[in-house]
Amino acid sequence: MSDVDLYPVAEKAPEQVRTPTGKPLSALTLEAVMSGEVDARDVAITPEALLLQARIARAAGRVTLAENFERAADLVRVPQDLILDTYELLRPGRARDAQQLLDRAAQLRRDYGAERVAALIEEAAAVYTRRGLFVKRY
Amino acid sequence: MSEAPNSSNRWRRFGEWDSRPLRQDLFAAENPEAGFSVFRSPHDPAPSLTVEGGRVTGMDGKAAGDFDIIDAFIAAHHIDPAMAAVAMAMDPGEIARKLVDINVPRQELEALARGLTPARLAEVVGRLSALEIAFAYSKMRQRQTPGNQAHVTNAKDDPLQLAADSATAVALGFDEIETTMRVASNGWANALACTVGAAVGRGGVLFQCSIEEAEELQIGLAGLASYAETVSVYGTERAFIDGDDTPWSKALLTAAYASRGIKARCTSGAAAELLMGFHEQRSLLYLEARCLCLQRAMGVQGTQNGGIDGAPLTASMAGGVRELMAENLIAVWLGLECASGNDTRTSESEIRVGAKITPYLLAGSDLICSGFGSVKKYDNSFNASLFNGEEIEDYLVLQRDFETDGGLTPVDEDQVLGLRVRAVEALAAVMDELGLGKVPRERIMSVVFASGSQETESFTAGEVTPISAAIKARGITAVDVVRALAARGYTEEAENLLLMLRQRISGDYLQTSAIVRDGRVISAVNDPNDYHGPGTGYRMPEARWQAVQGIRNVLTRDRVLAVEDIGEAGESDWLLPRGEAVRGTAPHEVVIGVSPGFGRQLHRTTAGHRLEEVVAALVGGVEAGGGTARIVRMLHTADTSFLGLAAARLSGSGYGIGIQAKGTTVLHQADRMPHLNVELFSNAPLTGLDHYRALGRNAARYTHGEAPEPVVVPVQGEALGARFHVRVALLYAIETALTDPAATPVELDYRPPAGADRSDRP
Repeated sequence: MSDVDLYPVAEKAPEQVRTPTGKPLSALTLEAVMSGEVDARDVAITPEALLLQARIARAAGRVTLAENFERAADLVRVPQDLILDTYELLRPGRARDAQQLLDRAAQLRRDYGAERVAALIEEAAAVYTRRGLFVKRY
Repeated sequence: MSEAPNSSNRWRRFGEWDSRPLRQDLFAAENPEAGFSVFRSPHDPAPSLTVEGGRVTGMDGKAAGDFDIIDAFIAAHHIDPAMAAVAMAMDPGEIARKLVDINVPRQELEALARGLTPARLAEVVGRLSALEIAFAYSKMRQRQTPGNQAHVTNAKDDPLQLAADSATAVALGFDEIETTMRVASNGWANALACTVGAAVGRGGVLFQCSIEEAEELQIGLAGLASYAETVSVYGTERAFIDGDDTPWSKALLTAAYASRGIKARCTSGAAAELLMGFHEQRSLLYLEARCLCLQRAMGVQGTQNGGIDGAPLTASMAGGVRELMAENLIAVWLGLECASGNDTRTSESEIRVGAKITPYLLAGSDLICSGFGSVKKYDNSFNASLFNGEEIEDYLVLQRDFETDGGLTPVDEDQVLGLRVRAVEALAAVMDELGLGKVPRERIMSVVFASGSQETESFTAGEVTPISAAIKARGITAVDVVRALAARGYTEEAENLLLMLRQRISGDYLQTSAIVRDGRVISAVNDPNDYHGPGTGYRMPEARWQAVQGIRNVLTRDRVLAVEDIGEAGESDWLLPRGEAVRGTAPHEVVIGVSPGFGRQLHRTTAGHRLEEVVAALVGGVEAGGGTARIVRMLHTADTSFLGLAAARLSGSGYGIGIQAKGTTVLHQADRMPHLNVELFSNAPLTGLDHYRALGRNAARYTHGEAPEPVVVPVQGEALGARFHVRVALLYAIETALTDPAATPVELDYRPPAGADRSDRP
C-alpha cells in the first residue's frame, strides 16, 4: 500500500491525525465547540499530520513539496512571533551579517529541533554573503 | 465620424474605428534592450547545465560562483542532477512533441521537467503554437476537475456587502474567495465578513484575505483565512530585493503557512520585472520560467501566474497572450497547481476579453481565473478583472456554448436573494453576538438588493476601521465565529465553517491543487488529471452539464407557444373558408396567399403585430394603389416563395403576395422562377405595418404596369438570428406540420374586424 492511499487523510485514515490537544477529528463537533470542550487551540495542524502529508506528497512524486511540509513540521511549535521575526531577518538588508542568521539557525535547532529550517537559514547566510545582501535598505 | 467634412482626406471607417473601445488599448513594439521581448531576447542565456559530484556547477551560461539568488536556489532545490543528465541531453524539439503527444503520460514529462533549466523550459514551450500550448495545458494541468476563484471586495470595505457577495460567489460555484481592502487596516473585518458569507449556502469554500504577509499569516492563524497567495516571487535578483524578499525568506514563509494549516500558492507573472524596472533585458518567458522553477524549488504546492498585474503590459506585445498561456504551461509542467491569471482586465475590447478566456475554458484549469471579479468593476479593489460582475452571464453562456466546465453554475433570482438576506443577517447576528456593534435594519436591506456599493446605505470604510481593530485586538478567531453563528440559530452556517476548520487538522487541502467540494477535499492526489486522448480526462458528469445549461432565456417549445397565445386549431372569425380557390380574371387583382397556420394557430408576427392588422395593412395598401385584394389560404406549402408564386398564379393580374404567420412576406409574379421574386421582406421582426401597407400599394401599381420604388425594411446589423431564430424555428415547425402536399388553395372570406388597423388591440 502506497502512502497516496491514505489520502485524503480525513476520509481514509482519520485515526492517524489528532488535534494539538490530542483529540480525534471526530471530537470536533458543534456541540463540543458550544460546550467549550473544543477551542481555537484544537483547530491547528500538528507536526505528525504534516509529516504524514509529506509522505503522501513524496509518494505522489512531489519531493520539494514534501520537503516544504517537513520544514513546516519543524515550525509548528515555533511561536508565531519568532517565525515572523525570522522571516523579517531573512528579508534583504535586515540581518547585519551572516552571523546573525547563523545564530538564529542555531537557536531554532537548539530550542525547537528545527533542523531543516536551520539548514535553510544557513544556506541563505552563505548566499547572502556572496551576493552582498547585508546592506541596510531603510 | 459625423463631423468629418466631405473634403477630409481619410477613409471615414478609420474614424469609426477610432471610437471603438479597442482604441483605448496601447500596443508596444518589440525592444529587447528596453525589456520588451516576449518569447526570446538576444540577451537570454543559451540553455546549459553542468553537474560535478552531484552538484550543479553551471547553469544557463553562468558558473556557480556567479549565480544570483534565484539561480542559487534553483540549482540547489529544483534541479535533480540524475534527471538533468537525461533531460538536458534530449532534443528540445522532441520534448516539445512529447508535450502534445497523448501517448506520453503527464508524469513522464513532469519527471523530465525536474532536470530542465529555466532557459530550456522556455525554449521548449516557445516551440509550441498557441493551440499546441492550450492542448498541452489540458494534458499537463494537475487536478482533473476544473475550478474557479472569485474576487469579493467593495469600494467601501462594507462587511455586510462582503458577506452578501461572498454567499453569492459560493452559490455561483467559486471554489475560492479572495478579498482585499481599500484601507489596509480593514483587513480583519473583511476577513470576518467573507468567512461568514462563505459559510452560507453550500459552504466549504476556501477563503483568503490579501494583505501584507505578516498580517495575512496572523489572519490565517485566527482561522479567518484558509489559503494565501501573496507569496510573490520575481525573475531577477534586483526585482526580488526591490520586492523586499529573497527566495529563502519566501521559502520560510511558505513553510510557515503550511505549519499553520494554511494552503499557500506563490504569485509571479510576465512583465512584473519590467514594471519594477529590473528586467535585465531578458524575455518575459525566460524570467517567468525562473520564477516557476524557483517556486517548485521552494516546495510551494502551486502558483498564481499568467501575467497577473503585468498581464495588460504583456498583452500589449505581439504574441503576448500566447506567452501568458506558455508560462501557465510551464507551471503545470513543473507539477504546480495553476491559478491561471485571467484576473486583470487586459483590454477594453470585449472581443479581446472573450478571446483571451476561450483557450482556458477549452483546456480547463485548476482555477481558471486567479480572481474572477464576482463584484462590479468599480467595487473590485484588486482593479477590474478580466471578467467581472457585469459579465458573469456571458461567461455562463460560454460554458454552455462549448460544453465546457468553467467552474461556475447559473443561479436563480429567488435563490440568490434568499442567500444574500441570510448572509447579511448572519453577519449582523455575529457582529452583535461578538459585541462588534448592532446593524440597523435599513443597512441590511440596502445591501441585499444592491448590485454594488454605489447603491448601498451601509458601512463606510472609516466606520469599518474600529471594528477591524477590535477583531484583531480581542483575538477573535473562527471558533468564536462558529460559536456566535450557532448561538444565534445559524446552525447550518456554523457547521459549514466548522467543516472548514476541521480540514485544517488533517492538512489535506495543503496538497497540490486542493479545493473543497461538498465537504470533501479533491486535489491532484485523489483527482489527478489523466488526460491521454479522446474519452479520457475531465468530462462533465451529466448532472453538472444539466446545471451548466441552466442559464436564463432558455426557450422551450411550451414557453414559446404560451407567449404566442396559440390555442386550439380553429378558424378565425375574420378569415372564413369558402371553398376551393380558383384563378381570378380581374386585371388589377392582387391575391394574398397566407400560410397554413395563419390566423388559425398563429396570430402574431415576430415583430409583434396582430395578423388582422397585417392583413388590413396589405389590403388597404392594395386598394390605395388602385387594385383589389383577394385572400387565399395555401395548404400545400408554408414556404414564402411558393406561397407568393402560388398566389400570383391565382391572381387575375399575375401579381400575388405570399405571407407566413411569422410575418415574412414576398411579392411575386406568375411568370417568375420561385426564388426570383419581385420584392421580399425577409426580416419579419423588423417589418412594420407601414411596410406591409407600402408593399400592398406597390403590388397594385405593378398591375398598372408601373415600376414603383421597392419597399426597403432598414436593418442596422442586429443579430436577428440570435434574437429570433429559436422562436422562428418553433413557429415555423407548426406551419410545416399543417401542410398537405395534395391540398388545394382555399378561398377566404375576409371580414375586417372593427378597428383592425389599430395597433393597440389585444
